[in-house]
Amino acid sequence: MWAALDILLQANFWAAAIRIGTPLIFGVLGALLCERAGVLNLGIEGIFVAGAMSGWLAVYLGAPLWGGVAVAALTGAGFGLLHGLLTVPLGLSQHVTGIGITLLATSVTYFGYRVAFPNVSTPPRIEAFPPLDVPVLGDLPFIGPILAQQSAFTVLAFVCVGLVAFVLARTPLGLALRAVGDNPEAVEAQGLSVVMLRIGAVMAGSALMALGGAFLTLSAFNAFYFGMINGRGWVCIALTVFASWRPGKALAGALLFGALDAYQLRIQTIAGGTVPSQVFLMLPYIFSIAALVLVARRADYPRALMKPYFKGLR
Amino acid sequence: MIRFVPRERTPAWLTAAVSVGAAFAALMLTAVALAISGAPIFAAFALMAEGAAGSGFALAETLTRATPLIFTGLAAAVAFRARLWNIGAEGQLYAGALAAVAIGSGAIAAPPAVLVPLVLLGAALAGAALLLVPVLFKMRFGADEVVVTLLTNFIVLLFVQMMLEGPMKDDMALGWPQSSPMLDEATLPKLVEGLRLHAGLVLALVVAVVLHVVLSRTVWGFRIRAVGENARAARYAGLPVGLAMALVGAISGGLAGLAGASEVAGLKGYLTSDLSPGFGYAGIVVATLANLSPLGVVPAAIFVAGVFVGADSMSRAIGVSSYLADLVVALALLSVLVGGLLTRFRLVLVRREAA
Repeated sequence: MWAALDILLQANFWAAAIRIGTPLIFGVLGALLCERAGVLNLGIEGIFVAGAMSGWLAVYLGAPLWGGVAVAALTGAGFGLLHGLLTVPLGLSQHVTGIGITLLATSVTYFGYRVAFPNVSTPPRIEAFPPLDVPVLGDLPFIGPILAQQSAFTVLAFVCVGLVAFVLARTPLGLALRAVGDNPEAVEAQGLSVVMLRIGAVMAGSALMALGGAFLTLSAFNAFYFGMINGRGWVCIALTVFASWRPGKALAGALLFGALDAYQLRIQTIAGGTVPSQVFLMLPYIFSIAALVLVARRADYPRALMKPYFKGLR
Repeated sequence: MIRFVPRERTPAWLTAAVSVGAAFAALMLTAVALAISGAPIFAAFALMAEGAAGSGFALAETLTRATPLIFTGLAAAVAFRARLWNIGAEGQLYAGALAAVAIGSGAIAAPPAVLVPLVLLGAALAGAALLLVPVLFKMRFGADEVVVTLLTNFIVLLFVQMMLEGPMKDDMALGWPQSSPMLDEATLPKLVEGLRLHAGLVLALVVAVVLHVVLSRTVWGFRIRAVGENARAARYAGLPVGLAMALVGAISGGLAGLAGASEVAGLKGYLTSDLSPGFGYAGIVVATLANLSPLGVVPAAIFVAGVFVGADSMSRAIGVSSYLADLVVALALLSVLVGGLLTRFRLVLVRREAA
């Protein structure tokens, strides 16, 4: 019993919670941006995969680490552009198109990886982001060791939260983006292009999703593995509802999820043997579903979410 | 300027032409990927075609692979028609397979005439039950079924692994996590001696025809379509929307469960946690290629199966990764979605001054 509580006092645990939560911060921010503009992006799972591999490959081929980050973001934006073109001006089913984007991004990535590395048994490695070396704060007890296990990529996630929150809440662009997901007719009446705004939001959101994938290969690990995303993207879609489409709550939700996942990993070793490990591995998914069911009734969905908009048609 | 003008009716030939055209477009786009990878394009496609349909044996392999895809394709088609976005066929397939093994690997001793239907029924019920939970969450709490069914897939797979390493583990399997083998009385018969093709295919074809009749000729088929096209109007018209949704959920989940039973009882003979290489997700592609028509699911499933079987054999021959098959299938899905616009709209060229 005490061992189970003691976990919460370990700096290692909180460091792991942040590490597990960081890709989800990117993913939830990305999903939130797309959905705030009225477009559900189920391509997220595949975009995570594509971002993880493209960012890693760029660094493997000699690009600097931040160059890899940029490549991942561009890859994500590219798939976002495709999703946006298919769902916004063409008005295709966002569900089925999103699944299609996930299948496409995943298969292109896996195929591309096999073309680049036909016969590798152990995945090639890169030099990943180094741990942070923060002056002053790094010397504090408890906080110091937690910070020492994070990288500059983690900082980028927190910066993105502030940036997305600021743009959405405080800028004319953010106002237009929120309006285009709630009342596209009003946006059109302002002389703004619903199509351009939505496609832009989906591209930016998809770029963020891809950064979530890239964090795994450039910071959390240093190689690309098949199946490494393992449902993280879908979890982000659930967390977006849980966060009621707000960047601050997205951060909280992602970190809460990270903490739960880190906790179940540690409890596993304590309870080792008596309870099958799969029970603990199920917990994050069960938690996501429970969170979704609990908030769904009260959830304030963007009113035009999943409603295609055609000029002059009501 | 091009304008989309909605069609009043879509000729049947156009629907079929769009599906074939989309498959063709997908192959063309794949050729681009092959060219970039430096592989011989024509040799690769020729080997794929030969591996999928070049001989009686190849054709039988393709049909064997198509069998679970017909089930999962039907599962997606019936659900999507009612706008129930069941992305959880993968999990329902495993639930069905687990039920099939639980019933058919020695728990009950009975002649085949009893045991086989029992196995199929148990699998269908397990799949249906698994989908009814998200349907209930959707109706009762407004929770989006897409996310719930997607996440359920992961939970079910972990549950299967847990059962295979624990209570349902076959102790004779030398430590490998797999279930006890199905009894002979619970096994679906082979259709041709010496081939892997089994009676699951016949069942799949019968189910496709039955579903076609139910959806197009009965009151419940009409209700399902009405709920899908406009749930609010259906509710005003006094249709039992909740009941129709539950029925759709039961049918869709049940069909995906049958896919699992058919694989276990017809092909593999026991359950492992890698039973399905994504049959549930591929079912979505199959249903979309078929424009959600139950009869169209059959050729669509055979096409997708052919791509996978062909790519496997091509990969063995010239070493191009078999992930090429996933690429073809993903591109086919997106192509048919875009092509679908042609079935719903006429493209009319409008002069600028006229607008």
